Amino acid sequence: MGPAGIPVEPVEAVFREEHGRLLALLAARFGDLDLAEEVAAEALLAAVETWPRSGTPREPLAWLATTARRKALDRIRRDATLATKLAVLHADADPARRAEPVTEHEHIPDDRLQLLFACCHPALDLDAQTGLTLRYLAGLSTAEIAQAFLVPPATMAQRLTRGKRKIQQSRIPFRVPGPDELAGRLSLVLHVVYLIFTEGYAATGHQDLLRCDLVDEAIRLTRILHRLMPGEARVTGLLALLLLTDARRPARVDSRGMAVSLEDQDRSLWDTSMIEEGARLTTQALSQHPPSSWSVQAAIAAVHDEAPSALQTDWRQVRLLYDELFALTPTPVVALNRAIAISWHEGPQAGLARLEALADQPSLTRQHHWHAARGHALARLSRHAAAAEAYRRASELAQTPAEIAYLSARAARYAAPG
Amino acid sequence: MLLIMGFREGEGMPQPPSSGAPSAEEFMKYQQELRQAGVHVDAGLLQSFEDATQVQVNDAGERLVTNGPFAESREYLGGYQIIDVPDLDAARDWAARCPGAKYGRVEVRPLAEF
Repeated sequence: MGPAGIPVEPVEAVFREEHGRLLALLAARFGDLDLAEEVAAEALLAAVETWPRSGTPREPLAWLATTARRKALDRIRRDATLATKLAVLHADADPARRAEPVTEHEHIPDDRLQLLFACCHPALDLDAQTGLTLRYLAGLSTAEIAQAFLVPPATMAQRLTRGKRKIQQSRIPFRVPGPDELAGRLSLVLHVVYLIFTEGYAATGHQDLLRCDLVDEAIRLTRILHRLMPGEARVTGLLALLLLTDARRPARVDSRGMAVSLEDQDRSLWDTSMIEEGARLTTQALSQHPPSSWSVQAAIAAVHDEAPSALQTDWRQVRLLYDELFALTPTPVVALNRAIAISWHEGPQAGLARLEALADQPSLTRQHHWHAARGHALARLSRHAAAAEAYRRASELAQTPAEIAYLSARAARYAAPG
Repeated sequence: MLLIMGFREGEGMPQPPSSGAPSAEEFMKYQQELRQAGVHVDAGLLQSFEDATQVQVNDAGERLVTNGPFAESREYLGGYQIIDVPDLDAARDWAARCPGAKYGRVEVRPLAEF
């Protein structure tokens, strides 16, 4: 996208990778996201002009940070209003830090955690939190985020602008919360990251590759978090869970775009290196405190990933882990998954009874999973007509083409006479 | 930051032990804490919304005076605090300590800079 004939790929590659760090650094320094964004863009432009001639600097991030900071300081000097505003904002900041000399070889601090906690602040609504996180931490463009969440670009642009304005105007701090508040605030951050992951994961098999990118972005964000908070069980657990889940991606959809259920997946397609890393992280997460539901979910995924087939899965272990998970987070979804585990462990009759006991949970019966699980248990009990009906209901409620195709095929199979 | 104390009609406010409003002592204590922390700028309690009067000036410069609060508001503002704090998290902490937060709710609004 640079001037004709100038190879800009290296600059853009660096920028994409370091965008979050650069913005975080500038936002933490100046307390102003707008200014941070503008001078970061100017620094990129300067890099596009300079690097092809002078070569990519040894420390590209340091170069970009220094350039952006100089541009910001220039602006502040020129613009008295901006200077006053920043002085007000930074009344409590350490003046020595602001005055420190700018050199190209200084240690570059990683301020992304601060920026992430600001983007996932409870004063912002969840849509704004996910949007801002993808924009500023993952470095996606507004158009990319809009496409990933299937909303018009103008809607997403407005959402981001409002969110950014709220950070600015209501002075949401760029700060990692103190120990008394950290647990609750970290839950919000992890929730946002997990939402980004599931949004992308649910869309696997869509023609739209960008939505699958959300999976990679969520993993990348969690890796960053894990690097910055290595002792935090919930972060380790979430990273393990995402890796162990995404390891099955190649087998989740067949060549015709139809979803493949866990029991029918070709397990030789699963990504063994991701499974190994995920299993290692699971062990680590389970040894960290306090126990977190993410770690237990990761442990369940690890049992599945390490089993040679659905039948040879240690269902007793899965069921015990779901008991533990239900103790930590007693939600209808966990109850549903526990019922499925029971149907494998004790048999379809026991599982079906557990499923029927959840029939009064509208949050479950409104979605296809509960109906599909019922269909599965009924089919195993050879109650074909009832199974067909349950699968048909599930197919009506499913959202993605791959799932609809799979569930409709099931319904047809059991509806067939004889 | 402006902390606006108020409550919504029909909202299930936790019933305080004795009366339906925070006691004067509670507010005095809160005011004292704000002053001691050096964040107090201004504060005020409002009379009942039934005593509100609205004033508008039209294009012709005529004054239009009507009885009652803004709109048919079902939210009643009871008072305000203006505090000088560095960021939203600090403001939120003070809002949570405000006696009004126990009986109704406290809205945190940044003041615009001129």
